[in-house]
This record gives sequence, structure tokens and C-alpha cells, in this order.
Amino acid sequence: MLALDIPWGVMAIILPLAGAMSCFLWPRCALPLGLVTALAIVICVAGLGWQLLEQGAQRYAVGGWGAPLGIDLYADGLTLLMLMMTAVVGLGISIYSCGYFNQDRARHFWPLWMFLWAALNALFLSADIFNLYVTLELLGLAAVALVALAGGADALTGAMRYLLVSLLGSLCYLLGVALLYHSFGSVDIATLAERVESSPAVWAAMGLMITGLLLKTALFPLHFWLPSAHASAPAPVSALLSALVVKASFYILLRLWLEIFPFAGAALAQLLGLLGAAAVLWGGLQALRQTRLKMLIAYSTVAQLGYLFLAFPLASITGWTGALYVLLSHAAAKTAMFMAAGNILYFGGHDRIVDLDRVVQHLPLTITAFALAGISIMGLPPSGGFIAKWLLLEAAIRSGQWWWGIALILGGLLSAAWVFKVVGYAFTRSEVPHEARAVPAAMEWTALLMAVVAILLGLFVPWLLALMEIGLPFGGEGSAG
Amino acid sequence: MIPAFLYALVGVGLFTLGLYALIIHAHLLRKILALNVMASGVFLVLVALAARTQGMPDPVAHAMVITGIVVAVSATALALVLMLRVRIATGRAELAKEPLE
Amino acid sequence: MKKSNNAKPITENDSRQAQFRLLLAVPLSALAVGLGYAVLSLPSQAPGLSDHVAAKLEISGVSNPVTAVLLNFRGYDTLLELGVLLLALLGVWSLGAAPKRREPSPGLVLELLSRLLVPLLILVAGYLLWVGGHAPGGAFQAGSVLATAGVLLLLAGWRLDTRFSGLPLRLALVAGLGVFLLVAVVLMLAGGHLLEYPPSFAGALILLIEAAATFSIGTALAALFLGGRPEKGSHR
Repeated sequence: MLALDIPWGVMAIILPLAGAMSCFLWPRCALPLGLVTALAIVICVAGLGWQLLEQGAQRYAVGGWGAPLGIDLYADGLTLLMLMMTAVVGLGISIYSCGYFNQDRARHFWPLWMFLWAALNALFLSADIFNLYVTLELLGLAAVALVALAGGADALTGAMRYLLVSLLGSLCYLLGVALLYHSFGSVDIATLAERVESSPAVWAAMGLMITGLLLKTALFPLHFWLPSAHASAPAPVSALLSALVVKASFYILLRLWLEIFPFAGAALAQLLGLLGAAAVLWGGLQALRQTRLKMLIAYSTVAQLGYLFLAFPLASITGWTGALYVLLSHAAAKTAMFMAAGNILYFGGHDRIVDLDRVVQHLPLTITAFALAGISIMGLPPSGGFIAKWLLLEAAIRSGQWWWGIALILGGLLSAAWVFKVVGYAFTRSEVPHEARAVPAAMEWTALLMAVVAILLGLFVPWLLALMEIGLPFGGEGSAG
Repeated sequence: MIPAFLYALVGVGLFTLGLYALIIHAHLLRKILALNVMASGVFLVLVALAARTQGMPDPVAHAMVITGIVVAVSATALALVLMLRVRIATGRAELAKEPLE
Repeated sequence: MKKSNNAKPITENDSRQAQFRLLLAVPLSALAVGLGYAVLSLPSQAPGLSDHVAAKLEISGVSNPVTAVLLNFRGYDTLLELGVLLLALLGVWSLGAAPKRREPSPGLVLELLSRLLVPLLILVAGYLLWVGGHAPGGAFQAGSVLATAGVLLLLAGWRLDTRFSGLPLRLALVAGLGVFLLVAVVLMLAGGHLLEYPPSFAGALILLIEAAATFSIGTALAALFLGGRPEKGSHR
């Protein structure tokens, strides 16, 4: 059983780093090199999944030292699902961007994107809060550079604001790390979880780290930077920012919340839930008001991120599973939506919603993708989004906090309103005709495929739930409540 | 022991001063400098509290600061070049409609 | 501090600004006090990980504890951090070509000084790299000194020959991360964990990684100074 001994998780970090370097060294071959790397990463993640299924949660001591002196990597069901999400979305984005970028842009896109992928994989696998800081910075800088790739005043300003916010978030997080390290003499999450006890320094660290991460996750009212950055980026970049990058800081927050800050208390959890509910409503309303398609989708990300935080006051395994399901199905659906918007922009040269001008006749696959993704975002069966909301609703009723269900339902209605608005205009004739440009087939099909993934997530529920339970990331039946 | 805490308090002061400047100033160069001041504050806290040992100070915190400095330098370099590009594209080294102000 | 250039009276705006500043100062002072209290509440004696480091220093390959942490115990952080530096450079290059500078004539002093200082700086960088094994110093310090030599050359108007501004320059930039990653993977393939040095080779491998890192850090920082991609004949 040699293949079971290969540290697949480590490979999933090394390969994109090596890929980034080779794309940088030989820019003319960036595209094939990048695609080969993307495929190899998918294989590594599959290998890790197999390993986890066979052997349970894995810990890997980099350098052989082991925590607390060295840095540990850790993989359980939660890690695996995040890596799988990254792999699926990443592969889709890699294929999509073959058609999207011209030669000159592609040469810059590929190394940056490979670095971003490496940062994501390293982040999801890390079990060390200082190492997480380094991966966060790697992630942030790669994301900013990718936003700026679009060029033009909007994208540059969006990227600049994003960079400032990202650095501020990281610094808050780092000061929290400093306080935790100097309180307990370790930066390993498991070691900290054993040693942690309530003290002023820990509360300060918790406040700083949670604030920093919320800023990066763009939870209302700290979302102000997100729409401009996500909407002005090139389409594949918008997709990966909305689908993956904001989820990374949420993942860290979730880990810290579950492991290091279990004493945080109900009040803080209620506050996060309230902000989440406010984000769902505010994001939905703002999305309805937008006149540009990409801006609309970006505001919908603000709303969808709100759902993730509804799980905090519920604090049950069902609740966390629901939040994780929101995360996964939103990743697939939002990728599909941004890809569809990218196709429309590529085709017509603009993304004004009222001037979509029967675009469905020219791009039927794209509009199908948009509508299918919309089904998942609204939370209609049989999509992943439906399962997510169902789980959250169940957790809300079981914990006797039915009022969170109102936010779920209102959010769904708001999403339905804007999805139908966009689809409606796609069928309507407008005064401004398109200056049509043919969209590469690969771009249309990948958008559709990602939307199909979002729907399929609703059909393979038991299988995914079984993966999620490897290593019990949310605690056993008794301890998580 | 006392100096360690004194320096750490100075670090906290730098962090908050930097945060104040980051919010107050509109010019991007000042914002970037403010973030650098904040970073210095964090590094000072990290490194000062490492001296609470009997003999040699804790080397792990020192190594973290070196890592942090390189990260900060890289981020600052990117931020400065981005600022210049924003200036060329919009004519101003400021963010339009800064929501923080 | 911030003065608008427009001529109309801005007193109302100014007073609102002052109000905002005052309003902001209150929560931020509270934050400072809270954080200060948190810091003061920490125990006055805390060994951190210094005992762990001291116990394993013997087999780390170097005798300077900070270098041991950076390149051995927490070498993975350093590997990613070299990635951050390279990434920043990629980001800067993706934003466009280096802005055209007016080439000022360097002047006698600058030209003479750079001729005098550059070899000295390179020597100092080499020394810092070597001394990092047992005393304060190491790749980052050496790399930054090397970068100052590069910046000095750039200021004096020297540019890299076009022949070297393509693949050779990119190889120089990648060398640090590349060698580090290669060593890490080779050690893993040899049967250990990622980056698990055999104690007998640890010193030599660390020096190899540090040498490559110094070279790349120096090149990258000097290249960042240019503020963009070098086109047609630039930089060292």
C-alpha cells in the first residue's frame, strides 16, 4: 500500500508552488504548465480523500519536529471538503481562463493563480496560527494582484482598497497571535486548545483575531470593500474571490471558534448571528438595486456570507453542517454566476442588466448556467443551496431559535427576486443592440458544469456528510452543543 | 521584566496610533505608512514580550518577527506600486468615496 | 494636516473633520487601554519555546537559535515567506512595466561612492550570510544588504544588460524559493518528512538554502525598487 503512504496533502501545497515558479520562468508555456498543475492538484486532493477515508484524520509534522516546536499540518473532514471545493472550482476556473485571457494577461494570471491556489491549500491544511498568518498574507497579496490584473481605474481602486483592508485584517490577526503565543507559549492549535483558559489577554486576542478575520470575510458591516473588488476583477478572478478567498478566512474563524475559543459565550455568538442576518437582508436588498450584473452578483456574495454566520448562535452539529453546505454550494453556484456574467460581458461588451437584449438567444448555455446557479442560491430543491437552508432551518427550530428561520426565508425571497429580474431581462428586447463577439465554447460549458455541480451537491448529501464527519471537526454528538 | 512590558505597551500604542492614522488620512501614502506603523507596533509587542525569560530571550518570537518583516516589506512594495498606478489611472492618490470616512 | 487645494471656504468641513477625529479618538483610546491591560495581565515570567529550542539546538545544524528556528524548526514558514516576496514581485510586474525615469547624471560623488561601496556591501552580505549560523545574521539580513548594493547601482544609473533581463533574471528571483522547495522535497523523498534534515547534513543544507535565498532576496528587493517589469535593458 505504497500510495497510502504518500503525503498527499503536502503534495497539494508543493505542486502549485512549483507550478507558480515554472509558469513564471517560462511564461510562453504558462497555460499548459498551469493546466497540468491543476490536474495534478486535483489528483492529490483525491489521494488525500482516500487516505482520510482509510486512516481517519491525519497530522503531519513538517520537519519531523512536531508541535509545539515545529509546524503541524492537520487534515480532517472539514479540511478535506474545503480542499475538494478548491480543487473543483479551481479546475473549472483554470479551464475557463484558457479562453478568457489573451496571451499577455495569461502570462501574469497563471503564476499568480497558482500562488493563490498554493496559499489556499496551505491555509486549509495548517494547524498553526502563525503559519496561518503567513498563508493569509500569501492569499491576500495574490488576490489583490489578480484583481488589479483587469486594469483600469475601477479595478485598481478596488484592488487598492482590498489590499489596505486585507493588511489591516492580517495585522489585527497577528497581534492576536502574539498575545496567544505569549500567554501559552505555543502557536499550535491543538496545544493551545489544551492550555487555553479565560484571561484578559485571551479575550483581547479573540477580539482582535475575530475582527481581523471578519474584515477579510466581509461580514456586514465590514463588507464595504467587497463589491468593488469582486465586481471590477476579471471574471475568473471574481469567481475565485467569491467562491474561495472569502471562505478561507471564514474557515480560520471557524477553526479558532471551535478549538481555541469555546468559552466565547452565547452573547458573542448571538451578535455574529445578528450580523449574519443583517448581511443576508442588506446584501439581498442591495443586489436588487444594482444596475450592473457583476455588482449584483458581488452583493449577493455579501448576503450569502451572512448565512454562514447564522450557524454561530445555533451551535449544533446540524447548524455547522448547514453552514458548511452553504459554503460549498455557494462556491459552485457563485463560480457559475460570475462565469456566466463574464461570458455576457465578453459577448456584449457590457453587463448592464436592462440592456441584456435577448442574450438567451445567443448564449443559451450561459443563461441556463445562470438560472441553475440561481436555483441553488435561492435555495430551491433539489440543489445544494436547498439542503443548506434545510439544515440551518432544522437546527434553528431544534434549538428553539425559530426567528433565524425568518432571515433564511426572506433572504431566499430576495435572491429569487433578483435572479428572476436578470433572467427576465435576458429574454427581453432592448434598445441598445449588442456588438456581438463569439464566446469560446469552453467558457460556456465550464459555467454550465459549475452550475450543475451546485445542483448535484443537493443529490449526494449522505456521501458528503460522511466525508465531513472524518475526525469529527464539529465535536462528537454531545460536546458541540 | 519591567522593560519588556514597557516596550510592549509602546507597541500597543503604535498599533492604535497607526489605526487612527489609517482611518483619518485620505492620502494613500499616509494609509500605507499608517499600516507600517501598526505592523511595527505588532512586531514590538511580539519581540518585547519574548524577553520574559531567565536567560536568552525566546528565539521563536524573534523568528516570527523576521518573517513578519519580510511579509510587511513585500506587501508595502506592492501597495506602493499599486498606489502609483491608481494615481496614474484616476489622477489622485486617494480612494474615491472612502466608506471609512 | 490634510489641506484641500480647492479655494472655497472649508471651515464647516474642517470642523466636521475635527469632530470626527475627536469621536474616533475615544474608542481608539479605549482600545489602547484595553490592549495595554491585556498585555500587562500576562505573566511576568514566560519561557515561551526557548527551552524546546535549546534542547534541540544541538541537532539543528546551526548554533544561532534564531536561525535554527527560521531555517529548521519553523522552516516551512520561511519557505512560504520567500513565496510571499516572490509573489509581491509578480504582483508588481503584472501591474505593468517600470516607469521611465529621467536619467539624471549620477554626479561624481554618487558614482565614486557606488564604485567603492558596492563591492564592500557584497562582502558584508557574504559575511552576514556566513555569520548567521552562530551569531545574529542570516539570509534576510544579508539579502537586504545585497539589495542596497543593487539599489545604489540603480541610482547611479547602471542597468542590467538586456541579455540577462529575461530568463536569467527570473531564475535569480526564483532561486531562493526553488532551492528551498527542492531541498524540502528531496528530503521528503529520501524517506523523512518534508524539510526533515538529517542532523549531519543540516548545517550544509541550511547554508545552501540561505545562500540561494540571500541571492534571491537581494535581487527581488532591488527589482521591487524599480517599481515594475524591466523592459528592454534594465537593472542588475
